[in-house]
Amino acid sequence: MGRFLHTFFSPLDFLRAVPQVWNGFQYNIKLMLLAEALVLVLALLVAIVRGLPGRAALPLRAAAIVYTDVFRGTPLVLVIFMILGFSTLNVFGLSSQSLFVDGVIALTLVYTAYVTEVYRAGIESVHPSQRMAARSLGLSYTQALRHVVLPQAIRRVIPPLLNDFIGLQKDTALITVIGLTEAVAQANFYATDYFNYAGLTVAAVFFIILTIPLARFTDHIIKEREKRERAQAV
Amino acid sequence: MSVETASPNGHFVSLRGVRKRFDDLEVLHGIDLDVSLHDVVCLIGASGSGKSTLLRCINLLEQVDEGTIVVDGQRLTGTKVDVNKLRRRIGIVFQSYNLFPHMTVMQNVTLAPVQALKLSKRDARLRACELLAVIGLEEKADEYPDRLSGGQQQRVAIARALAMNPSLMLLDEITSALDPQLIGEVLDLVRTLAGEGMTMIIATHEMSFAREVADKVCFLDAGVICEEGPPHQIFSSPREERTREFLQRVLEAGRM
Repeated sequence: MGRFLHTFFSPLDFLRAVPQVWNGFQYNIKLMLLAEALVLVLALLVAIVRGLPGRAALPLRAAAIVYTDVFRGTPLVLVIFMILGFSTLNVFGLSSQSLFVDGVIALTLVYTAYVTEVYRAGIESVHPSQRMAARSLGLSYTQALRHVVLPQAIRRVIPPLLNDFIGLQKDTALITVIGLTEAVAQANFYATDYFNYAGLTVAAVFFIILTIPLARFTDHIIKEREKRERAQAV
Repeated sequence: MSVETASPNGHFVSLRGVRKRFDDLEVLHGIDLDVSLHDVVCLIGASGSGKSTLLRCINLLEQVDEGTIVVDGQRLTGTKVDVNKLRRRIGIVFQSYNLFPHMTVMQNVTLAPVQALKLSKRDARLRACELLAVIGLEEKADEYPDRLSGGQQQRVAIARALAMNPSLMLLDEITSALDPQLIGEVLDLVRTLAGEGMTMIIATHEMSFAREVADKVCFLDAGVICEEGPPHQIFSSPREERTREFLQRVLEAGRM
């Protein structure tokens, strides 16, 4: 027991590892912020494309479906390696020359696929009569989508969307597998230097601290909505 | 809308041989209907007789399979019609109000004039204020729909349609979802519109209202107009057996 406590919770090692792990953790924060911003926008675009009506849009819809199926089904760690491979082999003359950029691309590809489904569920949850009412007033398809369907859809999916973002924040740690010196990599460096795993505990604490506010915020939104819906039912 | 632009046969709205099919089920089997400018036409008939589908076809929310629809000299059927433009002149109000729940009453009423007619926000608000005064809900302008009663929501839905300055209004069983004590306020508003000369086609189960406000009543049965005529004739001396049976059932249900 004492050995276990010393290995993971030694106060001296804990404090000593903090600056080093914090150095790496800044990568995790940057990965998360960039990927989340990209995912928010791209997933909405893919969800809209998947909902386009008519025969002319069929190839676009099909492409969106293939994309979400592929990237929702492939493990993130595989996608990370593939992007790295793509980048190092300079396929099509495209190379990011940066592990960080590769990481952002991998996270964005996978999480856009998840979040697309979240948006899509939200769009489909808006009753067709809403779109019909908007169209009956002479609004175009795009205007109805923008002013009537999407505002309602997005409001409804904020909790599941934040939930996916909590997943994304943690998954930034996976970028360590291609050698980006983020928090987990730094913790491992510390372990090999000092034969102590307290650095991993530090990294875990950082991740927990980062996700808790988002988790509480999600709870808060859900509770507020329940309150409002109960008020309506009266 | 001027009388000069009316349809060749002199009617403001003219339907000929309108057919509509949903998969295997033909809901409208060739509807002919004429409505004169400023007239109110009431469509009566059992649920499923095709009243709602007919109104939706006139607003192009449903594409007709066969036949022609002409409104104010404009052919709505066929290719190369700008549905968004045509719909702006034809207002429709639904049984379930369908107000936009994330917008205030004011935003509900001004959305389409600003977006579709490109009215300035200021002009749209002025017009909306006038309309809210007409429906008696000026003080509710900044409320959200879920804070209003069903009758109030339906009046807002009517104002929202009127904000586009339509030349034709289609009312699709607009009192069917309302509590009995709220029906009156909505029907009063429709009476006012009729009094001002708004051309309207109204699908309704309110027989006494139809009798009072309609210039012409059409009885729909199984996707055809089985009988049409002035209200006193339809309600007092229907010619068709099916009309008589329908009215008898309505009478027994205490709805007349």
